[in-house]
Amino acid sequence: MSLWEYANPVKFLRLSERVLPTLWVLAISSTVVGLVWGFFFTPDDIRQGSTVKIIYIHVPAALIAINAWFMMLVASLIWLIRRHHVSALAAKAAAPVGVVMTLIALITGAIWGQPMWGTWWVWDPRLTSFLILFLFYLGYIALWEAIEDSDTAADLTAVLCMVGSVFAVLSRYAVNFWNQGLHQGTSIPVATGERSVADVFFVPLLISMVGFGLLFLALTLYRTGTEIRVRRTKALLAREGRN
Amino acid sequence: MNALLIRDIRLAVRAGGGFGLGLAFFLIVIVMVPFAVGADTGLLSKTAPGVLWIGALLACLLSLDRLLALDFEDGTLDLLATAPLPLEAALSVKALAHWITTGLPLVIAAPVLGVLMNLPTQGYGWLVLSLLLGTPALSVIGTFGAALTVGIKRGGLLLSLLVLPLYVPTLIFGAEAARRGAAGADVSTPMLLLAGISAATIALMPFASAAVLKVNLR
Repeated sequence: MSLWEYANPVKFLRLSERVLPTLWVLAISSTVVGLVWGFFFTPDDIRQGSTVKIIYIHVPAALIAINAWFMMLVASLIWLIRRHHVSALAAKAAAPVGVVMTLIALITGAIWGQPMWGTWWVWDPRLTSFLILFLFYLGYIALWEAIEDSDTAADLTAVLCMVGSVFAVLSRYAVNFWNQGLHQGTSIPVATGERSVADVFFVPLLISMVGFGLLFLALTLYRTGTEIRVRRTKALLAREGRN
Repeated sequence: MNALLIRDIRLAVRAGGGFGLGLAFFLIVIVMVPFAVGADTGLLSKTAPGVLWIGALLACLLSLDRLLALDFEDGTLDLLATAPLPLEAALSVKALAHWITTGLPLVIAAPVLGVLMNLPTQGYGWLVLSLLLGTPALSVIGTFGAALTVGIKRGGLLLSLLVLPLYVPTLIFGAEAARRGAAGADVSTPMLLLAGISAATIALMPFASAAVLKVNLR
């Protein structure tokens, strides 16, 4: 029994069908609990007022936006090394979810920034690198759409994902160098184990982060299943056409 | 390799090769800028390094889709792929030819256009140096983009979408070096980082380009 067994599309579909109902329930309930708790049952911040509550969408979305790209990178590597089609399709399926998360993070950030910083947008390193990440997602999705042959598309997008990852990290630091920031540092530095967020805000935030993570997982599994079925349908139609 | 280099340069220089188009485009972009932002010399000289860098970058981008597309159509790339010369080397040579026919003229023309943009006197040397260091990176990264999209009909727009985000670090350090040079500040940090990016991309990108080109030739 190894993980690679699920590289078989049939086994993968069987597993995802078994897991998905539970996953949906967990994802939706924890997202709803996190957001409702965050929005209605936490006190207003002393300086930011109720605008602080956008953190319950903004931070989890940003977290998933970055990790979705990372997941695509791992899936692309697996595809390039072991040639498992499910892996390539999972990377393809994750991209639109990631791009939506990036967009949510950008938009909620702008909505928060308007009253707090007095502007919708500044060329702050974090904001800028997120915009660049958004462009990378768009390019990746566009390349998938542009190529007809699915194996060629999978190969090319996988290499693009790898090269893009290197350049995205490079851009992240280049942008840091280029302009000083307005965005606050992380509230939950994992490395030091400290945090600057009080428990009343932190617990619902954690729940909604978990919720967004599960939501990403569920959506990606679901979309991967769809991609597998689409490919199967195409294969069947091609066979019909030949006969 | 020499033969390939000479062939590519000849093809680019001869009629229909598009040599000089990039240069003309560069000129036109720079001429358009004052119309758009106003002819205030103070503003122009302040934005000159950045505008010249953007112009050079766009001119470079413009010529990318013919870098491999014509050779792909007439089968030259298939021959190159089966030739004893590794495809990585062939693509490096092609990138070099692209740089000689596009990047180098831009570097040489930049000071002339700097006059139009009212670039401060001390900025000329740094502008030329930053372009000289940065344009090779633009060519090799562009070759990767061209190799990615070579099989796609009318892939020009997609090519820009894929390549421009990859140009971000080069542009940031290049324009920053030119800007600091024009302002009379210390340029060593961005200049060294720019040189580092160029060296790394020249060394590594041909492998990525060859990998994707092989997929496209399959």
